[in-house]
This record gives sequence, C-alpha cells and structure tokens, in this order.
Amino acid sequence: MLTAEEWGIILLSLKVSLVAVALTLPVAFSLAWALARGRFPGKLVLDALVHLPLVVPPVVTGWLLLIAFGRNGPVGRLLEQWFGLIFMFRWTGAALAAAVMALPLMVRAIRLSIDAVDIRLEQASRTLGATPWHCFLSITLPLSLPGIVAGAMLGFARSLGEFGATISFVSNIPGETRTLPLAIYTALQVPGGETMVARLALISVLLSFAALIASELIVRRRRDERAYHVL
Amino acid sequence: MSFEIHVEKRLGDRAIGLDHASDAGLIALFGPSGAGKTSILNMVAGLLRPDRGRIVVEGQVLFDSEAGIDLPCERRRVGYIFQDVRLFPHKRVRANLLYGHDLIAAADRWIELEEVCAFLGIGHLLDRWPRMLSGGEAQRVAIGRALLAGPRLLLMDEPLSSLDAARRDEILTVIERIRDELRVPILYVTHDRAEIDRLGGEIVQIPLLSDPR
Repeated sequence: MLTAEEWGIILLSLKVSLVAVALTLPVAFSLAWALARGRFPGKLVLDALVHLPLVVPPVVTGWLLLIAFGRNGPVGRLLEQWFGLIFMFRWTGAALAAAVMALPLMVRAIRLSIDAVDIRLEQASRTLGATPWHCFLSITLPLSLPGIVAGAMLGFARSLGEFGATISFVSNIPGETRTLPLAIYTALQVPGGETMVARLALISVLLSFAALIASELIVRRRRDERAYHVL
Repeated sequence: MSFEIHVEKRLGDRAIGLDHASDAGLIALFGPSGAGKTSILNMVAGLLRPDRGRIVVEGQVLFDSEAGIDLPCERRRVGYIFQDVRLFPHKRVRANLLYGHDLIAAADRWIELEEVCAFLGIGHLLDRWPRMLSGGEAQRVAIGRALLAGPRLLLMDEPLSSLDAARRDEILTVIERIRDELRVPILYVTHDRAEIDRLGGEIVQIPLLSDPR
C-alpha cells in the first residue's frame, strides 16, 4: 500500500514529533507553572519570549536556531563539545525546530488548565495533612491533566506540520530532515508529483486526526463524571 | 482541652485580630462580614500567616512569631470545614474521606472509616462522585474527611451557609454530637445569631477593628 519511501517519511515525522513533544512537555509544564502561579520580576518578558515563536515568521525562528545551534553557533558548539550533540542537517535539528515552534501552544494549553485548578482545593488538601509536593501530585496534577494532554496533542500536531523553521534550520535532506510537509513541498516541485502529494497529504490528515481522537480518549478514560475534554 | 489564640494581621487597610484563650468545647466567632472571621480561621489553619501572635492548641505551639515557630499547614492537625465544602471532584467519596486518614501517622488517628460512616450516616455514599451528592450529604462527607485526618481542633467556617433549612438542622445536630460525643473542640464562625443560640458555647465578638474611613 505504502512505498518504502513513504514509510520512511512517516516514521521520520513521527520520530521528530514524538521526541519534540516528549522533550518539550516538562519544559512547557514548568514554564506554564511559573507563568500561572509564579510572582517574579521579568514575568512579562518571559511570557513574551515563550510566545515569540508563535508570532515571529517561522523562517526567522529557523534562522535564529541556525545561528545559535549551528556547529559554530554559541550553543551548538558547546553541545557538540560536551555531549557530541549535532543539530545541523540532522533529524535532531528538525526535532529542535519542532519543539521550539510547539512550545508556546503547549505552554498556553497547560497554563490555562493550571489556572483552572481551584486553589481552595489545594488548601483543603494541605489542612488534611498533605505536604506541598503531595498536594501537587494528588490534586493539582490530576486536575490539570486534560490541559496537559491537550497541550501535548497541540504540540504533536504542530510538530507534525512544522515546515518553515525546519527547512531554514536543517534544510531538506531525504531520510534525515525531510518530514511530511517537506516531502510534500518537494513532491510539488517535481513534474508529475501530484499523486505523491495527494498520498502524503492524506497521510498527514489521518495522522493528525488519529492524534486528536487518541488524546480525547485518554482524557475521557477517567471515569469521574466530570466533563473533561480535549476537543 | 485548651487553646490560646492571639493573632494580628493587616490586610490592606483592615486590621484583623483575635486575642482569646479558652477551654470551652465550642467557641463561636461572631461578627459582621468583613471583620476577618475567615482570615482568623485561615491563620489558625496555617493558610494565612499572621503578622504577629501566638497560637497554641492543647499545649502544642502552632505559631509563635517571637519564638520563630510557624508549623506548616499539614503538620497542624487542624480540621477545616469550609463554607464551600471543597470535596475533591476527581475522587470518589471513599477516597475523599480517606485522603487525610492515609496521610497521618497511625498513632494520630482516633477514628476509623466505619465509625465515621456510622456516625454521619454516609456509608451508602462511599462509591459516589462528589457532584452526585446533595448539599447536606456533601457537607457531611467533608466533616467526615476532616475527622478522619485525626484533628486536634475543628475549624468551621459558616458550614451551613450553602444549605436549606432542613439540611441546616441536620448538620447542626451533627456538630452538637461532635462536640458532645467525640469531644473535639470547635472554633465556629458565623454571622447568624440563631446558630449561636442553638449551639451555645463561648461567644467571641469579632468587631470591625478599624474602619477604612
């Protein structure tokens, strides 16, 4: 049904997106927590910085990543020296680009759900003998779970669709950085590539649709009769 | 049983405070809205930090600004019955009841789940979700949850305010039985004279200490 080339593109896209979301989730949660509950100087600046990838043209984000994480960039050089981590023209770079682009969406969704947790319930938990950490694990985290799942889902969908930052940061290399959107773009450039475009486009839609359904089911599985929804 | 509460706190342009020592089984804090009755309970519970003062329950110092003692909320063993109930919506009644019970040391427990269910008549509700409870049922579960956490003192912040007349009477009876049968001291906040007349106990007027004007 699917050619080996198409499978390769799909698996690469899934790998890039899953790694991007998995690595971004703890960062996004910490940022969301700080923005929802924290009181510190520079909060507004942090908020704006987190949202920057949402408003800056993706190509610019990709170019900034190139400057910072390129092999001669200040961050990229150190990461290569310390961990042997190279982003340039590698799938890891595609994952980094996807992560940066997904971050604001994930932070927003998680922050909303943390804001929605009733602090009075946390107070009740503390008076019943819960330490702040136990209170977080037993009250705050489960009550904000729908937002965390929604955030992960949005991040995954955004990563799957990431194009501009990826192509300007790590280029369009078959088998390494050519994810679904880049493969579609490439097929569009080739005369007679319409069939390929249509097939890859359909795969994109199906993948995103499956992610939506899956995340909704994960949240609904909790049978506590509260209206939890991602969709 | 004895307690000693001396707290002072400035919140905006309001000065809130209480200076009272007692060994009564029930103390009613009575006063107009805005006098800071709930803030006083929050200071006893450890949810709000007093500017100055000293709180002692049964010889155990919970807070003493001079000695630098400020026991965290979770170690005060002060049961709090809230005006707005605050059952955990993602846990069934049983899990709500056992929440504090499972957290405290076995030696600090003085009542078990079966006794609480019998005492409050909530045994048939154990598998329900909080949102499937009536107002009176929810408040009884909240009282049970506080009792199961082995409190030395119960704080009640207008526990009847969300209930209709019949349920009020039911909860008042429960409170009287906690006072008389379980002998847990209660600090009871209300602005309703009728509740105080019914419950008796020691009455402490909380005036508006400083008028904003």
